[in-house]
Amino acid sequence: MIGNSRHLLTLEGLLPEDITQVLDTAAGMKEISRRKIKKVPTLRGKTVVNLFFEPSTRTKTSFEIAAKRLSSDAINFTASSSSTAKGETLIDTARNIEAMNPDIVVIRHRYSGAAMMLADRLDCSIVNAGDGCHQHPTQGLLDLFTVRERKKTLSGLKVVIAGDITHSRVARSDIAGFTAMGSEVVVSGPPTMIPEGAERLGARVAGTFEEALDGADVVIMLRIQLERRSGSLIPSMREYARFFSLNPGRLDLASKDVLVMHPGPVNRGVEICSEVADGGRSLILDQVENGVAVRMAVLYLLCGESDEVAG
Amino acid sequence: MKGRRRKVILDQVEMDRSIRRIAFEILEKNKGPENLLIVGIPLPGPVLARRIRDQIRSVEGGEIPAGSLDITFYRDDINHRPHPTPKLTDLPVDISGKTVILVDDVLFTGRTIRAALDALMDHGRPSRVQLAVLVDRGHREIPIRPDYVGRNIPTGVNDQIQVLLKELGDERDEVVLVEGEIA
Repeated sequence: MIGNSRHLLTLEGLLPEDITQVLDTAAGMKEISRRKIKKVPTLRGKTVVNLFFEPSTRTKTSFEIAAKRLSSDAINFTASSSSTAKGETLIDTARNIEAMNPDIVVIRHRYSGAAMMLADRLDCSIVNAGDGCHQHPTQGLLDLFTVRERKKTLSGLKVVIAGDITHSRVARSDIAGFTAMGSEVVVSGPPTMIPEGAERLGARVAGTFEEALDGADVVIMLRIQLERRSGSLIPSMREYARFFSLNPGRLDLASKDVLVMHPGPVNRGVEICSEVADGGRSLILDQVENGVAVRMAVLYLLCGESDEVAG
Repeated sequence: MKGRRRKVILDQVEMDRSIRRIAFEILEKNKGPENLLIVGIPLPGPVLARRIRDQIRSVEGGEIPAGSLDITFYRDDINHRPHPTPKLTDLPVDISGKTVILVDDVLFTGRTIRAALDALMDHGRPSRVQLAVLVDRGHREIPIRPDYVGRNIPTGVNDQIQVLLKELGDERDEVVLVEGEIA
């Protein structure tokens, strides 16, 4: 159970104590991943199905490793190799998988709301591993975990999220998570990439990227997602890089111990230059390591019974 | 809890004496402090582990490592309740080849120790494992026995034993038995 729900669909609406519980649990999970024997028997006999309708290497592998380190059985379905290629609908695919009695279904889909739709129709727990432009809650949680690990707290930090905010589910999860924990979130990007009503999400829209960076504690650079039509929103990649690439000069505007993050995969030289991505302030690989710990925590907590059942 | 009888089983002085005696027994049984690693089960095992370690150090000198071992992931009742937040595992040295003294506050059903043994073996292969507990209250459900016991106390199944320790913010060191309702 996370925040009284047996699903994790969005970070919106989660209370600070719910998020803290996941992050504290993830801290214990991280220790497991650093042992010689990276496995505990906790979820023995549970089945986790990864249902990925969009290409993904990092997230799918991360969920699979997380499930296996907890001793559950992880099964992967990918769209290209499965019956969706033969015309089956999402609901039919999901019902068929449910008939095999999984405990958790992890879903990634290009349509916003796909995870919610499954949660309404299936009996098992659903974890949203990214649905369209809506939410990517485990990415948001791992970003929170990575920052908390370094800064010890999330409250009062200035967090900048830059790039294509409109089409970014990572941005939506990060905004919800960081604001819930008391951080100030500032978004920046070309006006075509800032959604209308960004303030309603809880973020301030900066006039320029430089203004956003001023005194920032955390900078999260988003990938320019060519597969999500980002290309039509900017004149060219070169033009974008000129105004919005995170380079050492711009990074100097941020606070001295700024943390640089990126959900990956990185377009080097576009949203971030190699010098910064590989530099001392970059936590990009920490994010990947922490991703496994956070996903272990999510699977573990969702498999636990609710208070009422425990009596 | 209201109206239930509360009885102090160990006061501060008695708890000190018990810990001191356990420390001596550990030294006697293992013929000195060499190769020892003292590991507490949270909470409050790690606090007791450090006290035993300090006691051994004050008698024999030398550095004996003390740590903590979380057992959350190895519990056998994990599917019957909301999943608890795991606590810290901190083993300062490789346990392989060591004589590991597991420390817990209260020995009851033995299930915690069963879980702790599984957790320990996932970190390496100790040459010996011994068990020290502050209180043995009986009612074992699996064949586990302690090597060092502070105090044996007959209890009812529904009684509660509370271990208060200054390091954990309690006012004083004390072990208290709170009588449960008789079913």
